Amino acid sequence: MSSQQTASSAALGKADSVPQDSYISNEYGIKSWLLTLDHKRIAILYLISMTAFFFLGGAFAVAIRLELLTPHGDLMEAETYNKFFTQHGMVMVFFFLLPSIPAVFGNFLLPLMLGAKDLAFPRLNLLSWYIFMIGGILALYAIITGGVDTGWTFYTPYSSTYANSQVMVAGIALFITGFSSILTGLNFLVTIHRMRAPGLTWFRLPLFVWAHYATSVIMLLGTPVLAITILMLALERGFGMGFFDPKLGGDPILFQHLFWFYSHPAVYIMILPAMGVISEVISCFARKRVFGYHFIAFSSMAIAVLGFLVWGHHLFVSGQSAYAGMVFSFLSMVVAIPSAVKVFNWSATLFKGSISLQTPMLYCLGFIGLFTIGGLTGLFLATLSVDVHLHDTYFVVAHFHYVMVGGVVMAYMAAIHFWWPKITGRMYPEMAARFSAIVIFIGFNLTFFPQFLLGYLGMPRRYHVYPDEFQVLNVFSTAGASILGIGYLIPMVYFVWSLWWGKPASSNPWQAKGLEWTIASPPSPHNFEQIPVVTEEAYAYASDAQFVSAFDTDDQAKQSSHV
Amino acid sequence: MSELTSNPGLAHHFEDLEQQHESMTLGMWAFLITEVMFFGGLFTLYAIYRWQYPDAFSESSNKLSVLQGAGNTVVLIGSSLTMALSIWRAQHGDMRGTVRYLVATLLLGSVFLVVKGFEYSHKFHDHLVPGAHFDVSQFLMPETQAHGALFFSLYFAMTGMHALHMVIGMVALLILIKRVRRGRYSAENYSALELMGLYWHFVDIVWIFLFPLLYLIGRTWTPA
Amino acid sequence: MSHNISSLGYYLRVFATLLILTAATVGAAFIDFGAFSTPIAMTIAMTKGLLVVLFFMHVWHSKKLTWLFAAAGFLWLVILIGMTFGDIVSRGWQGQPAL
Ligand SMILES: [Cu+2]
Repeated sequence: MSSQQTASSAALGKADSVPQDSYISNEYGIKSWLLTLDHKRIAILYLISMTAFFFLGGAFAVAIRLELLTPHGDLMEAETYNKFFTQHGMVMVFFFLLPSIPAVFGNFLLPLMLGAKDLAFPRLNLLSWYIFMIGGILALYAIITGGVDTGWTFYTPYSSTYANSQVMVAGIALFITGFSSILTGLNFLVTIHRMRAPGLTWFRLPLFVWAHYATSVIMLLGTPVLAITILMLALERGFGMGFFDPKLGGDPILFQHLFWFYSHPAVYIMILPAMGVISEVISCFARKRVFGYHFIAFSSMAIAVLGFLVWGHHLFVSGQSAYAGMVFSFLSMVVAIPSAVKVFNWSATLFKGSISLQTPMLYCLGFIGLFTIGGLTGLFLATLSVDVHLHDTYFVVAHFHYVMVGGVVMAYMAAIHFWWPKITGRMYPEMAARFSAIVIFIGFNLTFFPQFLLGYLGMPRRYHVYPDEFQVLNVFSTAGASILGIGYLIPMVYFVWSLWWGKPASSNPWQAKGLEWTIASPPSPHNFEQIPVVTEEAYAYASDAQFVSAFDTDDQAKQSSHV
Repeated sequence: MSELTSNPGLAHHFEDLEQQHESMTLGMWAFLITEVMFFGGLFTLYAIYRWQYPDAFSESSNKLSVLQGAGNTVVLIGSSLTMALSIWRAQHGDMRGTVRYLVATLLLGSVFLVVKGFEYSHKFHDHLVPGAHFDVSQFLMPETQAHGALFFSLYFAMTGMHALHMVIGMVALLILIKRVRRGRYSAENYSALELMGLYWHFVDIVWIFLFPLLYLIGRTWTPA
Repeated sequence: MSHNISSLGYYLRVFATLLILTAATVGAAFIDFGAFSTPIAMTIAMTKGLLVVLFFMHVWHSKKLTWLFAAAGFLWLVILIGMTFGDIVSRGWQGQPAL
């Protein structure tokens, strides 16, 4: 018991100041974590495992960028390169980006924001983590024992007939992981419907909750289609059954239809929770109610629905009918509207706000700029004729990295800084955090902006060699990637550091609104001693607040009372 | 652990049984939506390939036994009835009646699977299972042979997935029967039975669509 | 839990209707309706499915939210099948290469 106790307290930075009844300190030992039903502890389990996957995916990215430093295949052969970009995409998409904000922050915060003691189905919640881990370990096994080289999209007939890599194992891994996503979505959906505190009406919900509601809808409606598609791929590859095989009259493009029916909305599984984070952070650090609350809430739902009607924009040059292409192209333009509504509303929230540039806010502003670039270049690609030129070039790579990294990861970083005091009871060092935020922003743009140019000039994606004329821009990109990598390592250092030596956090270091800030940092196991009664709207910030000095980040901690 | 739960069937994080019951049924409905989409992928392929190769589908379908399919449909609808009646007994607090109807449901489910097993073994025998030993040259006309594999692949995937859902449902039924016997449920608290029922009826509905789509097409079809 | 408890006769009536519809769909399959045979079979199947959803699964007596969930599942299936079909059907129209 005592050895376990030191192990777990070392891992979690238990300190004297942590109240003895917090969710971290109420039980010790590895078993108390692996068998926990507490949504907050499960969020930590996700945080740790997903951080590992993030750095694994990052390692593949480093190798890819190193190879692309020169026009020739100096570092690896074509086959190895194929495996590296496949595994980079697979790990990042399925084991980091898709679960990232929902599994960590959704899990931790939804019950707190709703005034509930837990999610509706705590056992199911733990089960989702185990399913996630089984899928993850299976994916690792596939990577170690030969790797996968199909691209993360697993297009048939290459994946079903010709590829000699571990397609089967990787497919099963994704199939399993999908159920983790489904169960999380199911849990969130029911929780938001049924576990709201008295007085917490739909239009008093924080926009983070709205975003997660919309996300859950997509998880439930989209993920099963991916599951059955992978299953059919496995049956075709493993048993020679015919679903997409052209030799039997099957149509490989149907695989692409089913795959993208899920995988385009999956982009919104990633970005919607990110947008929810931005709404929370921006209103706190502008000290204003989010401008156009209803519009942001409904735009989340609009994205969830419209996002299902646009998947064919990935098939413009695959042999899909041009008429279907026109419809999908038009609908892809339409789905940009609700995203734009959000960006306009966030900008309007800043207008005449009392803005302070704490680290979460820096990431937020980064998000707005980069997501806008990512979104607008998405419109280029959704334009039928332009896509003929840009399809499968680095323009596409740059576009979705602006959305995925510039959008989702920026928001993830904003979230982890914003709620770190609540999760751990410790403040992170503000100056180091600001510094790394700027490093990440610079590194990111240096990495991916040149790729827009490369793509426009015609450099195709997924090749390990390229013509000499593209080298200068590729050197820029690789240099940026090095800076970006360092930028991501700095937070790892200071977050771990802060677990021991960070300043103890008050219950509400940002003077933020929202139920999660009314309870202790870190919260007690059952969150609320008494179920709160909500009487006001979200983001009830006083508009005239001159409060910036009240942040207890750099000045002395003021031990505000735990309400 | 400060709060005392007066009702043993109530989890600590719910306020009352009503909230718990509503959460559980809503969760099950959400799950069933995912099931609709899961089978949806197969139905999509079915719709498109049948539209593209109507003759191959008609001719291949004629190799299935209408009698076995129709018999199984009746069996499955019957099991849905007994499932509904088990909940009806629970609502009256008659837990013995509930057990009786649940056992009946389980038995009807087994009948369905046994019939399905016979159908599958015939197909194996006739080389109608897609894969290495697939051979329809004896059964289909030369023009339709090329696409017969699409029909039989979908037949096995759809009925196989359906049968898998039956097996899972029957395991759940077994556990449920044990729990009802131990007195876990009452006329006030029978949410688990309701969830079981929703799931079982859903599996029934899938079959209601599979039966005409797989067994009943092209029965009046003649080679062009 | 306040629930609408139905009678035995209610369930038996639903069951009997389902059996009659099963017989109808088998019978219809052996009559040549030409292009209408599939729509007829699907209409009967929809009716049967609806009976199970509404009466065995008690959606008829449920809250609006349950109706909404059940409808959403159906609607999304229509989107998946419908829009994929849109591609297949319109290939080869007016000067496009037929695939
Ligand atoms: Cu897309």
